Amino acid sequence: MQVVVGSLLNGLVYGMLLFMLASGLTLIFSMMGVLNFAHASIYMLGAYFAFETSRWIGFWPALVVAPALCGLLGAAIEVWGLRRVHQNGHIAELLFTFGLVFIIGRSVQMAWGMLPEPYRVPALLDFPLFTLYGLQFPAYRAFMLLISAGMLGAIWLLLKRTRIGLVIQAALTHPGMAAALGHNVPLVFTIVFSGGCLLAGLAGVIGGNYQSTEPGMADSMGPIVFVVVVFGGLGSLAGCFVASLIMGMVSTFAVVIDTSIADLLRPLGVALHGDDLLGEILTVPVARIGPLLPLLMMVLILLFRPRGLMGTRDT
Amino acid sequence: MTRRDWLPWLLLAAAAALLPWLFYDWGHHRHDGFVVSMLSQMGMMTILALSYNMLLGQAGLFSLCHATFFGFGGYATVHFINAAADDTLPVPMELMPVLAGLAGLALAIVFGAMATKQRATAFAMITLGIGELVATAALMFHHFFGGEGGVTTNRMIDRSLFGLSYASGIQVYYLILAWTLIAAVLMRLQTMTPLGRMANACRDNFERAQFMGYDPRIVRFLQFSLAGFFAGIGGGLYAITYEIVTFDAVASPLSANALLMAYIGGNMVFAGPVLGAVLITLLQSGVSLMSNSWLIYVGVLFIAMVTFAPGGLAGLIMAHGPIFRAGRLPRLFVPYLRLLPPGIAAIGGFVGLVELISFLTIGEAQGRHLVLFGSPVDVASATPWTIAAAMLLLGGAWLRHESRVFARVWQSLTSDLIEARG
Repeated sequence: MQVVVGSLLNGLVYGMLLFMLASGLTLIFSMMGVLNFAHASIYMLGAYFAFETSRWIGFWPALVVAPALCGLLGAAIEVWGLRRVHQNGHIAELLFTFGLVFIIGRSVQMAWGMLPEPYRVPALLDFPLFTLYGLQFPAYRAFMLLISAGMLGAIWLLLKRTRIGLVIQAALTHPGMAAALGHNVPLVFTIVFSGGCLLAGLAGVIGGNYQSTEPGMADSMGPIVFVVVVFGGLGSLAGCFVASLIMGMVSTFAVVIDTSIADLLRPLGVALHGDDLLGEILTVPVARIGPLLPLLMMVLILLFRPRGLMGTRDT
Repeated sequence: MTRRDWLPWLLLAAAAALLPWLFYDWGHHRHDGFVVSMLSQMGMMTILALSYNMLLGQAGLFSLCHATFFGFGGYATVHFINAAADDTLPVPMELMPVLAGLAGLALAIVFGAMATKQRATAFAMITLGIGELVATAALMFHHFFGGEGGVTTNRMIDRSLFGLSYASGIQVYYLILAWTLIAAVLMRLQTMTPLGRMANACRDNFERAQFMGYDPRIVRFLQFSLAGFFAGIGGGLYAITYEIVTFDAVASPLSANALLMAYIGGNMVFAGPVLGAVLITLLQSGVSLMSNSWLIYVGVLFIAMVTFAPGGLAGLIMAHGPIFRAGRLPRLFVPYLRLLPPGIAAIGGFVGLVELISFLTIGEAQGRHLVLFGSPVDVASATPWTIAAAMLLLGGAWLRHESRVFARVWQSLTSDLIEARG
């Protein structure tokens, strides 16, 4: 019971963190058709900015400063970079953000070095919030949940209840018509791109001290965020939410399951040993192949539903 | 293809065959090991980049799992060579790359069936996932991939069509060169087949290709599988050269490298990726010895290419073609010369700043001393920082001005040409 509840809560926290990243990615993608490969790099920058800010003026200002810096950076990338390469087509935009991954990754190593930084949970939140079945749940994780749930609510309100949200939705599906009605579509694009980067930066602030702030964090987070977006369906915010939670749960539950396919077959009278390749695949415990599961799930959903869980369109 | 089109290829092949002898140490009667291994690396990377360009350039597909097929071919070759050594697989060394290619082809058929359902951005994301899947699996399963240690072999199996033992690097180099040429010629011929032409058509306008009765999905699938075949050949040569294949051969940095080589070289010209493979390998083996931050230079070069020269290096060279044929190339000489000083200043300033910053965080910890442009530099004083920043800013502003002048000259030259043509 302790294991189940603990994994459930941690899966929720991790899933919501994934959603903060994936939602920005999917918003930018469905609006501009640009897949921002540098999204996880912005997440990493958010964590480093937060570390640097919290070293000088504390964690709480960092919660505002770091995402704002990431948002500004996003706006700069959109205005001076993406707009320029837009005329060369979608592939050029993809390549551009792909190049940014290199530059941001190396710049972070240049500025902060190769070792992990001591970016810690603020003292105010560094206590166990409650104990459930003998398991302590840190207050900081509850805080993370609060932030990500607040962000989810804010996005929903912004998109569904405000004028700018209406314009964003219009520009999403009919950019030409929205421009013809007098809306500044390029400005809307900049706002969306910068907003997505701001969300990634915010995820970095709360994710940097939940995981660890090191130069490899973009590379370890990047693929799983893309898997979430593909799994949920390109261009669907709801699918992205469901996929984030599923992936969060799968990743945390996989760590604690110590059975293999062979263990399931054993009651049926099938005895297996890990002597050859097939035997190895069948006898490997789930805990060891944890990182493989989200990727396998992505491959499976592509086989049966190429558009993803709730995807509405092909590209 | 006329006879003239093949001439540069023959020259290139002859140059590649003679190059190791330029560095031959006649005193000790041995080859320069560094040069031979770098040339071998260039050969493999040429195959990787050219096969990647079957996707990026020919079919407009942005794949991020090309190293998967390269590495899989490599892993398979290690097992094939081991099997050949204990006589279970009677295949001579010279034909191992064919088997490697078939291994790459088989895997590309499996993954291609999934990935090519989509195109453009979705295709890129799916291939990213596939690449990660195989790279993660390579670390976990020991029978085929050998886990973190990789799998090893010994290429001296005494099975050769020509009685070669492949004990020395130079013999392996000629094997690589031969296969690089075969693969390059095959890929060049492939661009002239109906499939190659349809891949171009689907890249440029897949809806129209569809209306003509072709299924773009099948075209993408076939093109993807063939690219996997050629990547596998490259991987086979990799296994033969290094006699060990590890996780690095399937991991995402190599896929990214394939993209960088193909794009920086120029993806719209067939020979472009060759240029990119040679340049990036040179950078990798040369600059990476001198500087910790060579990747940032490659990244900046790549971004600059995407923004200002989407045709890559080959595209830049080809753009001079009409001007050259009209005999107007000398007119560009002075504008180019004027670009040179600000260009050098800006690049020098940028390199200086990057090296200074990265020395502060990485180099100092390694206990080294910073040497920039041949002279030792004191990182603590303000002088080098000011000089580098000033060079970058002033050089950048000057370069901006000069490039406007250059653009005017270029524009007037090309419009003259258009007028002259009528």
